[in-house]
Amino acid sequence: MLLAFDWSQLAQQTVIGLSSGGTWALLALAIVLIYRSTGVVNFAQGEMAMLSTFVAWSLIHHGLSYWAAFFVTVAISFGGGVGLERAVIRPVERAPVLTVVIVTIGLVFVMDGIARWGWSSETRSLPNAFSARPIEIAGVAFSIQDLGNIAVSLGIVALLWLLFRFTKLGLALRASAVNPQESRLLGIRVSWMLALGWGLAAAMGAISGMLTAPALASFDQNLMQPVLLYALAGAVLGGLESPLGAVVGSLLLGVFINLIGTYVDWIGTDLRLPVALAVILGVLLVRPTGLFGGTPVRRV
Amino acid sequence: MRRALGIGLWVAAVAAGLAVYVFLPRLMSDFHSRDLAHAGVLFIAIVGLNMLTGYTGQISLGHGALMAIGGYTTAALVVHEHWRDVWTIPLAGIAGGVVGLLIGIPALRLSGLYLALATFAFAVAMPSLLRKFSGLTGGTQGLRFLESAPFQVTGLKGTVTVFGHSMTQNHFLYYLTWGIGIVGFAVAWLIVRGGFGRAFRALRDSEVAAVSAGVAPAANKTLAFALSGVYAGVAGSLLAIQTEIVNPLSFTVVLSVLIVVGAVVGGLGSLPGLVLGALFVEYLPTLAGHFSTRAGVPDFVYGAAIILVVILLPGGAGGLLRRAARPLTSWLYTRP
Repeated sequence: MLLAFDWSQLAQQTVIGLSSGGTWALLALAIVLIYRSTGVVNFAQGEMAMLSTFVAWSLIHHGLSYWAAFFVTVAISFGGGVGLERAVIRPVERAPVLTVVIVTIGLVFVMDGIARWGWSSETRSLPNAFSARPIEIAGVAFSIQDLGNIAVSLGIVALLWLLFRFTKLGLALRASAVNPQESRLLGIRVSWMLALGWGLAAAMGAISGMLTAPALASFDQNLMQPVLLYALAGAVLGGLESPLGAVVGSLLLGVFINLIGTYVDWIGTDLRLPVALAVILGVLLVRPTGLFGGTPVRRV
Repeated sequence: MRRALGIGLWVAAVAAGLAVYVFLPRLMSDFHSRDLAHAGVLFIAIVGLNMLTGYTGQISLGHGALMAIGGYTTAALVVHEHWRDVWTIPLAGIAGGVVGLLIGIPALRLSGLYLALATFAFAVAMPSLLRKFSGLTGGTQGLRFLESAPFQVTGLKGTVTVFGHSMTQNHFLYYLTWGIGIVGFAVAWLIVRGGFGRAFRALRDSEVAAVSAGVAPAANKTLAFALSGVYAGVAGSLLAIQTEIVNPLSFTVVLSVLIVVGAVVGGLGSLPGLVLGALFVEYLPTLAGHFSTRAGVPDFVYGAAIILVVILLPGGAGGLLRRAARPLTSWLYTRP
């Protein structure tokens, strides 16, 4: 029985899981970035990414190649994220958490409204970023698209890590997240750092959306709603405080959900989302800080 | 003298509120009373959520799921057991309270945004859970009142007779919902101004200080969750009675979100503004639709209005009312 086990299928399904987990990881990272600096989960992150993907679709529709549209969209999204922070988040900077959460919920409606206003409700598709033909590694066929998705996701994560670890801007971003008051004393413009954080988060969401869409036969304005839930589950699994946790958590979740969907008939494809929600609930109840989060210390 | 005047004004305000309740349907069409009845459902749920989020500071993004418990309790009793719909309301409240209590116990481990996320996940998962247990809930189809129980109080007859007064079904639904809403509001007021309310607020403002003053955090927080669940259960039951059908789409995460928005717009930690919060959530989509019916525009206006109100009115409508009435209240409650 064990000999009959199809190892190549396991390898294929693991790569597919890593591929979707990688796109969730980018959105999860966006959520964690904003959570670390403002203490708020941005519920509009998914809809922002969806809007970015529609911008990319329009650019491609007007004749740009996928990769040209990719970089233009990332730049537009970065600017949009900074603008959003300045316009609607800055006025509630000192407000209670729930107020900011409500503002992000308002943003969900606004983003959704803009996408339905500007683009008709017909389904559309994005061209493949990578060749659709399979590649054979050690006798097992993998799709280049999946491997490309993993490479791009991990590449972006690595770039972000370099930014935060080795640049003065990254240091300022981290400092203003950890200790805003003292950072301000040291001459860091904390408020602008928050705006930059929103810009980075929006850009990462855009990449996540542009990697998610081509894998689907068609997409509409609901594109990123499931992705947001998976990303939340991944971020919670890794620990909302930890960027590394968000990436590892999302990748683990991607593999886990794909394997459980493949091998457990009862789950299949329609119960994948409830599994992700169960992961959120389970992690929050057993270990709220997630796999990588430290125990929170509070001053009385 | 001023004290007597203060009490008099207070009594006058309550009398005016009751008068509005009794005479409002005479001023508007049958159709509009139905909208108002729906706003009443949101009002009851918002009052319940405010008890939890406004007074103990526990954020719940999952009250729509608690409403589903109440709604399905009513629907199951009407359809499977052939109860009259209005008599199921107390049981639906109890069911909501029990589930609220059950959620409140694990919720003790979580605070702030983590609790918000957990309840959010619960609300998102609710429709799939309802589909899964299709024997009791009717699955995707849901439960319809009319097919299995045609002789309800609010049935097909079109008119309802209560205490010798005959009225249209929509007027009856309005009086029923807002009547329960007013009673619930009064009970909430009695709770939050008494010892429980003080304990709730103490836990919200500083748990450590509250504990050192002898407030039991676990008991009070779960109590708040259970009370809030009772309100949500009753609201869900009334929603089921109004729509005469429940299905998984009656209680989506959007409903949960609307309740939170209504509570914040109405003013957390204060009661008088909550009516305005409920009306805001009920009528804003209609108003947004007046701008343009083009796809997307109403959503945009709706979201922008929520953001604007939250930015411009940090204390919600309750905070605005308090500020507007401050010259009067400070004059009334200071000695000359």
